[in-house]
Amino acid sequence: MRTTMLRRTASAVAAATAAALVLAGCSTEGSKPAADGKIVLEIATFGDWGYAPYIEQWKAKHPDVTVEYETAGGGDDQREKLLNFLGQDSGLACVEALEVDWLGELKQFSDRFVDLADPELEDRWFDWKSEMATTDDGKVVGYGTDIGPQAVAYRADLFKAAGLPSDREAVAEYLGGADATWERFYEVGAEFTTKSDAAWFESVQGAYTAMINQVEHAYENEDGTPKDLAGSEVERIFRTVLRHGTEQKQSAGLAQWSSDWNASFKRNDTFAVVLAPSWMAGTIKGNAGEGFVGWDIANVFPGGGGNWGGSYLSVPAQCKHPEEAKDLAAYLTSAEVTLDQAVKNGGGTPSQVEAMNSPKLLPLTNPFFDNAPTGRIWADRAAAVKVVPFKGPNYKKVHDVVVAGLNRVDVDKSQSVDQSWAQVLSDLKSLN
Amino acid sequence: MDLRVSPYLYIAPFFVLFFLFGLAPMFYTAWVALHEWHPIGGQGDFVGLANFTAVLGQGMFWKSVFNTLSIFVFTAVPQLIAAIFIAAVLDANLRAGTFWRMAVLLPYVAAPVAVAIIFSNLFGNQFGLVNNLLATVGLPQVQWTGSSTASHVAISTMVSFRWTGYNALILLAGMQAIPRDLYEAAGIDGASRLRRFFSVTIPMLRPTLIFVIITTTIGNLQIFDEARIFGGASGNGPVGGADGQWKTITLYLWEVGWRQANLGRSAAIALLLLLLIVLIGLINFLAARKIASDTGAKR
Repeated sequence: MRTTMLRRTASAVAAATAAALVLAGCSTEGSKPAADGKIVLEIATFGDWGYAPYIEQWKAKHPDVTVEYETAGGGDDQREKLLNFLGQDSGLACVEALEVDWLGELKQFSDRFVDLADPELEDRWFDWKSEMATTDDGKVVGYGTDIGPQAVAYRADLFKAAGLPSDREAVAEYLGGADATWERFYEVGAEFTTKSDAAWFESVQGAYTAMINQVEHAYENEDGTPKDLAGSEVERIFRTVLRHGTEQKQSAGLAQWSSDWNASFKRNDTFAVVLAPSWMAGTIKGNAGEGFVGWDIANVFPGGGGNWGGSYLSVPAQCKHPEEAKDLAAYLTSAEVTLDQAVKNGGGTPSQVEAMNSPKLLPLTNPFFDNAPTGRIWADRAAAVKVVPFKGPNYKKVHDVVVAGLNRVDVDKSQSVDQSWAQVLSDLKSLN
Repeated sequence: MDLRVSPYLYIAPFFVLFFLFGLAPMFYTAWVALHEWHPIGGQGDFVGLANFTAVLGQGMFWKSVFNTLSIFVFTAVPQLIAAIFIAAVLDANLRAGTFWRMAVLLPYVAAPVAVAIIFSNLFGNQFGLVNNLLATVGLPQVQWTGSSTASHVAISTMVSFRWTGYNALILLAGMQAIPRDLYEAAGIDGASRLRRFFSVTIPMLRPTLIFVIITTTIGNLQIFDEARIFGGASGNGPVGGADGQWKTITLYLWEVGWRQANLGRSAAIALLLLLLIVLIGLINFLAARKIASDTGAKR
């Protein structure tokens, strides 16, 4: 129970298990009777979301149920798994985690999920959070877990060494405070990189994801059909991040979630900034190690607030004990549980209105980030989010193609920006 | 029991199983390949050969074919040479022979995914052990995931690590079946050790060699685990590199089927891979026969 909500990272061991499962074509039944006549419910999240103690609490109220918690793999593994086993109508756990980037894709097949609509829970989540998991005809595919408002996590020691302001209020102000813009962010980046050997941010992919999450209709029109991206906002952002990231060398050139990226947090002088959603705080701490000193979080974000990620718990229709599964999913996404998690983690961002407004949340601090007032910071950052990006059936597929294009320039250094963008456009054409 | 029907009954179980688990899925794959097919939504419109033409028209498909062949060559050639060498050494009367034979097999016992994760860390671009060693010796660092060649070398290393010992043991079994009097006779005729190896061992190994070459070929054309894990072990990110530098055919098949959610095309790729394997298997069988018989001991 060290860190929870490790959304996208997973230990190598977990990946190994996931891959091994996939490779073996091995499937586990979502529910099966145990030897002692108890029902066995399985719940699967990508990475350890710290549910173990809450599952115990739930089990205490349901003595006839045994719960098995699977935490293997990353988000992309999870999507592949769902695409594969939803079609086969077997092989999934009774409670499966969904990620917001591909929720729209799976919502097309809402008949493969148990409808979780429940009048009693209607007001539990922020409207926009529950709307994303609701189909046009009112079916609810998933219960919201958390949201991912972003702040600027930075290395105070590197800032200081480069002669930049280093305490968190001054940093927020220096980046533009409430009116922080991306221009200013990259301007400070240019200043930092001339005075330091370290890069400004960790990857072009991270900066791009932050920027694209501020665009309402990035890849798809309102009806979910893919847009022509030539000359679009996407192209502008693609070129902007690469210009600053690679031409001005502000990026450390690491592929997010790769072994290099994970290892880089243990180094002292690789990069100074992570555009961090709240759940990334756990990732940074997990990768850097408990004893690493220097990280801090500034209550600021370029472009007026941003949200990256945030997940849902769903119950596939193939589950043989839908009532129990629904109850478990509802319990794990209750304000009570998510608030408790946030308190234990030194701040977090539940998607439940009651939890987010709780007086317990605001005073929280996170010792790893030099006791930053993370309760206040995440609350402010969540309030600053103005755009809820539309993520339809094609979002994830298109996003993957664009991110691969970024990494060809930033990580592989095998193509120029123009070459890579041209390939993005042609790869998109061959998608379907 | 009559003698005309019963032999067929005896072999029937194999063919029933083969039909159920081998042939039937293959025909089903062909059926899928002729349709639009979503992993969840299932069968869509009949599209004829459109999936095949779409796949053949894509640069990435040909790139994956090239990658597969390139990794195959990088793997198979050094691996076979090393395996024959190791087998020859083990064939000599070593002390604690069983120990060495077991030791050679150890990498094969390790789970392929575990091996791939460890090697992926060794071949990290910026903080990997191999690059650290290169730096200490003063050599330039290699961007392992950057280019096709570098990534193919890295992946071939993983595959060879796993399979060399296994192949060596099979070749060793073949070598030990060679009658010792042939060596004695050659020795009396004044043949050197090297000469005996090339003129007695290799030709007599012919059937074993053909077996090893064919299984290695089939295995290498289907490389998946190592390439899947290489470059990113966290279950996120592009499959086989941002530019498909090490996207093998099987990896491409997987990506099209379960990332792009297009099982019809994925099935088409599977059938094209089958064709390729049959073709290369054939070439390689003929070549192996020729090589082995040219060296002369037969007849």
